[in-house]
Amino acid sequence: MNKFAKWGLTLPATILVVALLVVPVLATIATTFGEPKGIFSTYTAFFNSGFRTGILYRTLRIALITTAISLVIGFLTAYVIAQMPGRLKSIAIIAAVFPLLTGVVVRSFAWLIILGKNGIVNSSLLSLGIISDPLSMLYTEGSVIVAMVYLFVPLMILTLTGVLEGIPRDVVEASASLGAKPIATFFQVILPLAVPGLIVGAVLVFTGSFTSYATPQLLGGEQMMMMGTLLYQRAMVTFDWVGASTIAAIMVVITIAVVSIMSRIARRLNPMAV
Amino acid sequence: MAARIHPLLGAFAILVFLFLLAPLVIIVGASLSDTTYLTFPPQGLTLRWFTNIFEISAFRNTAITSFQVAILGTGLSLLIGIPAAYALNRYRVGLPKWLGTLFILPILVPEIVFGFSLLKSVTIGMGLPIYPSLIIGHALLVLPYSVRVVGASLASFDFSVEEAAISLGCPPWKTFLTVVLPNIRAGVIAAFILAFITSINDVSISVFLTGPGISTLPIQILAHMEQFFDPTIASVSVLLMLVTVGVMAIVEATLGLTFLTK
Repeated sequence: MNKFAKWGLTLPATILVVALLVVPVLATIATTFGEPKGIFSTYTAFFNSGFRTGILYRTLRIALITTAISLVIGFLTAYVIAQMPGRLKSIAIIAAVFPLLTGVVVRSFAWLIILGKNGIVNSSLLSLGIISDPLSMLYTEGSVIVAMVYLFVPLMILTLTGVLEGIPRDVVEASASLGAKPIATFFQVILPLAVPGLIVGAVLVFTGSFTSYATPQLLGGEQMMMMGTLLYQRAMVTFDWVGASTIAAIMVVITIAVVSIMSRIARRLNPMAV
Repeated sequence: MAARIHPLLGAFAILVFLFLLAPLVIIVGASLSDTTYLTFPPQGLTLRWFTNIFEISAFRNTAITSFQVAILGTGLSLLIGIPAAYALNRYRVGLPKWLGTLFILPILVPEIVFGFSLLKSVTIGMGLPIYPSLIIGHALLVLPYSVRVVGASLASFDFSVEEAAISLGCPPWKTFLTVVLPNIRAGVIAAFILAFITSINDVSISVFLTGPGISTLPIQILAHMEQFFDPTIASVSVLLMLVTVGVMAIVEATLGLTFLTK
């Protein structure tokens, strides 16, 4: 009975995930090796194309910059939230959760209003007389990065607030009572204890921005394509399915490599683990 | 953890919250503008962009599809996810470790790759119509929430209570419904809410699974924006934010919002 229940209960989920996710994704990757010109021909084509490698490097660059900025903003803000008294803390958490639960389309769209030709930044600069012609801020790497930071900072804040709250109070108090200045306590006690959490947050933001579609579509357009928008364009506009599958395979390999390497590092760096 | 906050750091945090909330306020302002283009601060005040939404049938139809897909997809994910989470926690010994990893694969695999593969292998390859493909795609996308969040509340459930019920003659399925389920209620609600909101906001999977007459609201918004850049989009966004407010009210009433930092 137990043996039946144990396997039987996990069976529906297992079958659906294997049949409708694992097999299709592996099939996508497999088609990239079936070209008549040679097993790796689609990959040599990808890496010999300056246009496509340019998009890969841009995607990595945008994802790294977004991760770095979100880490700094998220950590400092989470640090402040963790010190707040109960009521203020709940308000701060609500303020961070609200954007997080609002959709990516809505949140990216906000930056179209802010950065557009008739946008709030341009109209204020024009009325202040700082510029005489509206700036083109959309469809640049900068506009994509700003929107992505906006997208991922709430996630970082919530992840890191949880991590910081988990740091035992007496460790911090011990450091202070032994004479460490707040700055020293921050860098020598709190930061090292938060490193595993910082890595988890960084992995979430990096993979999220590396594989994003809606934000680069809206704020990057054709000029600033990223891997996600390139995949979509190859698949649904030019119907180059092998090309799209190649991009998909590269994205899967990079994502899984980053996740597995970083989670291994996080486990090794955890000072609380014995 | 407790320490004093430097005033500069406090000021920085205030700026961060302005950065987080100002864009949403700007959307609300832009939705009320009496102009045919998007602008902030609004020039003149009108609600006509909100009534305009209901005149565009594409918004109405895709909103209904989005809602149906989110409910059915989330329901399906709970239907297969709760038993899996139960088995993983109840029979910790004897189930292979990779099974737990398998159920969080939908987070690990880039969503856009999953969407593309689903279209290629399932919708076109197996000839499954778009609507059920959408539901299945969304159900798998949110499965990790069902398994992990429900699993977290099962981890703190005392299974000896269940054994007591069974040894007293209660059939296992009835024990599950009347003893186990009420105890993991919070986890199930949390999983449902997180899954629902993820599904209703999804772009990367749905963008591949649109067809004649079938699309979801976020995809329709993207399509509308390519042609018109008027305040209609801002007013649709405001309605979506109201959905978020409703969801947060439910979370606060049932679980308390602080559970989201755990």
